[in-house]
Amino acid sequence: MDQKLVAVIDYGMGNLRSVAKAAEHVAPDNVRIVVTSNPDEVASADAIIFPGQGAAKACMQALHDTGMIHPIQQAAQEKPFLGICMGLQVLMSHSDENQGIDCLNVIPGNVKHFEFEENSPLKIPHMGWNQIHQEQDHALWQNIPQDSRFYFVHSYYIEPDNQAMITGTTTHGITFPSVLSHKNLFAIQAHPEKSAEHGLQLFKNFLTWNGH
Amino acid sequence: MSLAKRIIPCLDVDNGRVVKGVQFVDIRDAGNPVEVAKRYDEQGADEITFLDITATAHGRATTVQMVEEVASQVFIPLTVGGGIRCVEDIRTMLNAGADKVAINSAAIFNPAFVKEASDTFGSQCIVVAIDAKKVSAEGEENKWEIFTHGGRKATGIDAVDWAKRMECLGAGEILLTSMDRDGTKIGFDLELTRTIADSIRIPVIASGGVGELEHLAKGITEGHAEAVLAASIFHFGQHTVEEAKLAMQTQGIEVRL
Repeated sequence: MDQKLVAVIDYGMGNLRSVAKAAEHVAPDNVRIVVTSNPDEVASADAIIFPGQGAAKACMQALHDTGMIHPIQQAAQEKPFLGICMGLQVLMSHSDENQGIDCLNVIPGNVKHFEFEENSPLKIPHMGWNQIHQEQDHALWQNIPQDSRFYFVHSYYIEPDNQAMITGTTTHGITFPSVLSHKNLFAIQAHPEKSAEHGLQLFKNFLTWNGH
Repeated sequence: MSLAKRIIPCLDVDNGRVVKGVQFVDIRDAGNPVEVAKRYDEQGADEITFLDITATAHGRATTVQMVEEVASQVFIPLTVGGGIRCVEDIRTMLNAGADKVAINSAAIFNPAFVKEASDTFGSQCIVVAIDAKKVSAEGEENKWEIFTHGGRKATGIDAVDWAKRMECLGAGEILLTSMDRDGTKIGFDLELTRTIADSIRIPVIASGGVGELEHLAKGITEGHAEAVLAASIFHFGQHTVEEAKLAMQTQGIEVRL
């Protein structure tokens, strides 16, 4: 079998170790996982995992500082690409976080804050195990039951311009898009690396996915 | 369908070993944090919290190693509390694979630390632990105060005000322990839990006093907590996490099964 190199992008803002370890835990023998901050390695990898945590502005700054903006925009167009949490949000055009910030514009659309009424019992951040309703078939849903629970922690949610990209939805006060896919790209608001068996299954599916 | 309420087993660790008698009949080494964490993961724990009671610097290094080992084999959120005093302490734990840290006394000595921590790492990984004790007399309006040193030292700080302040400074969650109830097995201080949960927007984890399964459900339904934390009820094989979830489900609470 061909060797496959999967790059976990390190730009100083992610729970990289958790992501890399979860991927390694389920990686087939021919798949090698590397954590990298080297744009050349991102360019030469067969597939990309793009994690992220923290605030949008700090993430964009870190991507800029590490020279990762162009390599990520490029990779997201051409090879299997998995965005996770903030690694989904910064793919959008713009985020309302930090008084508003332009993002990578890989996926046209916005990132908005949850808004609930003053005395709503709903908490922000949306933190814990919630269901993902699979809105369309996808190779990455293989062996993951409909409405499985994944671990979430976020205060902002995405709104893509193109509704056809919505691959999963989740309800917290409102029903919001929690998974997007488009060609070779799949991006999820939850943390598969912290979502026990279903999360591991998602990594397993990604690592064997050819992007079609 | 919506967000599930969480059950979080809590383990005390010393020098990288689980202490305070975990007694599963069928695991080889009850002091081994990886084995214990795996068992709770299999039972369906939603997260695991480690409370580090290690006193020495060398012992703390061992705890870091322990977090690394657990994080490479257990894929649910891990929180580490105890001795988190500076940004470097947090970075070390997060790099080792912890998802969140719980800050307790360092927040009291220096509240700005909570802001610094959440600005640096994001609110999602900053839990502020509050140890509260009731200070109002019977018949008076309820009042709870923050205590340190395992509930021995009063600080004069009102618990509700403190929780609000911690939220403002960027805490992502409050781990609320009633020092009156801790170890008593008579159930959470539900008034305390509800008063604080209703005063802030961030999630509250109820802690202190669980002795029976129905106590857990009450923490949610009457205490308005988002999550419940317990130790001995699970450690001694009295109940599994799964049993606790089923019991909560019969009370109409949404859980992850």
